[in-house]
Amino acid sequence: MLKQTHKFTHKHLLGLEHLSKEDIELILDTAKPFKTLFTRTIKKVPTLRGRSVVLLFYEPSTRTRTSFELAAKRLSADTVNIAVQTSSVQKGESLIDTARTLESMKADFIVIRHSYSGAPYLLAKNVSSSIINAGDGFHEHPTQGLLDIFTIREKKKKIENLKVVIVGDILHSRVARSNLWGLTKINAKIVLCGPPTLIPKDIDKIFPQIDIEYNLDKAIKDADVINILRVQFERQLEHLFPSVREYSLLYGMTKERLAKAKNDVLILHPGPMNRGIEITTDVADSVNSVINEQVTNGIAVRMAVLYLLSLNH
Amino acid sequence: MKVILKEEQIKKIINTLAKKVVKKYKNLNDLVIIGIYTNGVYIAQRLIEKIKKLTKKTVKLGYLDITFYRDDIGFKKEILQPKETKIDFDITDKDVLLVDDVIYTGRTIRAAMEQILEIGRPKSISVLVLIDRGLRELPIYAEFVGKKVKTTHNQQIELLLKETGGNDTIVLYKK
Repeated sequence: MLKQTHKFTHKHLLGLEHLSKEDIELILDTAKPFKTLFTRTIKKVPTLRGRSVVLLFYEPSTRTRTSFELAAKRLSADTVNIAVQTSSVQKGESLIDTARTLESMKADFIVIRHSYSGAPYLLAKNVSSSIINAGDGFHEHPTQGLLDIFTIREKKKKIENLKVVIVGDILHSRVARSNLWGLTKINAKIVLCGPPTLIPKDIDKIFPQIDIEYNLDKAIKDADVINILRVQFERQLEHLFPSVREYSLLYGMTKERLAKAKNDVLILHPGPMNRGIEITTDVADSVNSVINEQVTNGIAVRMAVLYLLSLNH
Repeated sequence: MKVILKEEQIKKIINTLAKKVVKKYKNLNDLVIIGIYTNGVYIAQRLIEKIKKLTKKTVKLGYLDITFYRDDIGFKKEILQPKETKIDFDITDKDVLLVDDVIYTGRTIRAAMEQILEIGRPKSISVLVLIDRGLRELPIYAEFVGKKVKTTHNQQIELLLKETGGNDTIVLYKK
């Protein structure tokens, strides 16, 4: 008989804020056996045969949407993609009505990305399907947080007491927030680094255990992990830093800068990268970079999330 | 609670099973043993030890977790921690011997076979168990059985093996 472990009681995955340390560790431990499937010729298991997963993306995405779709398909679930641009949303249908329509079609899971923080919560309150947050506004992107933690844990064998530097536009970053919630629960030491205008005021009141350092060279000293955020040009950043060139100079990760960090420091980036702005090509393609592995791990982590939520659906 | 098997008896049974396996599989090079997590793996390891003593040959061991192939996902609320299926060799054209501690409804073996057939195309699949407690729900047959025990659905068999901190006894009790 297999060992009974920590009880996972969640029906939705809305953010890492609501998960316990044990929940997060169970997801990571469950993702591991899923990852070993990827080296097989048949990468599929019959686990979610007959279930349906609807991907409802109100914002553009390649990797997250594809990753969720592959994760669902490798679990033998059926997937439907809703292209918001060509859907009834264009006729003015509200978010709740769209979700209720999908619920009436018996969607077991709705994976939603929306530009409004809290949109997934609204769905979770109003429909019976399991809701998975695939990024909501500036709030959270829990599966990205989980895959970052999975990648770090796989390489460093632990999370506790690792120094993790998160660099860039913290203010607009849901990736940063999910990293913060997840990593602080597992007791990593977090340093936030970026232009003062892009670090949210009072963030250290929510996370009193973290450090803020505006100088990148100082921040990456002794770092075990550097998670580089994308400069989100679509968020109207012009008034928040003087020029892209200055940003690159002060906060871009270059080979020269990398040389000042530990030899075995891990470089993470959630993608898509602006090569030459927040990260240079030689760093992105260096031995320290685990950016491609993050993508592979993302599928395994999302399979684990779908599987565990399905037990409570 | 009733003790079904003690240390000495388990030893004897594994010895007998090893002899039967060696007798059936004339070419041990074509045999691979797959242990089903968790206790099946320990039984498989002991069996391979014994076969090595008898023949000086080491049969390859694979590890199989059937969680993702279960037919009751979504019906039962319990969470089972899946482990990594690890079969580092080609099973195509091999004789696969699936090893588990207890055979009961047959559903575990069904799930194991489904997974094995996705990994490769073995020449044959057979089943070896320490205990057959009857009450099959599927047409599944274990060729090598250590001991047959009559049971009912409200009973449970538990193995207290040394590998998991026990003293090598097998007990039967009411749930």
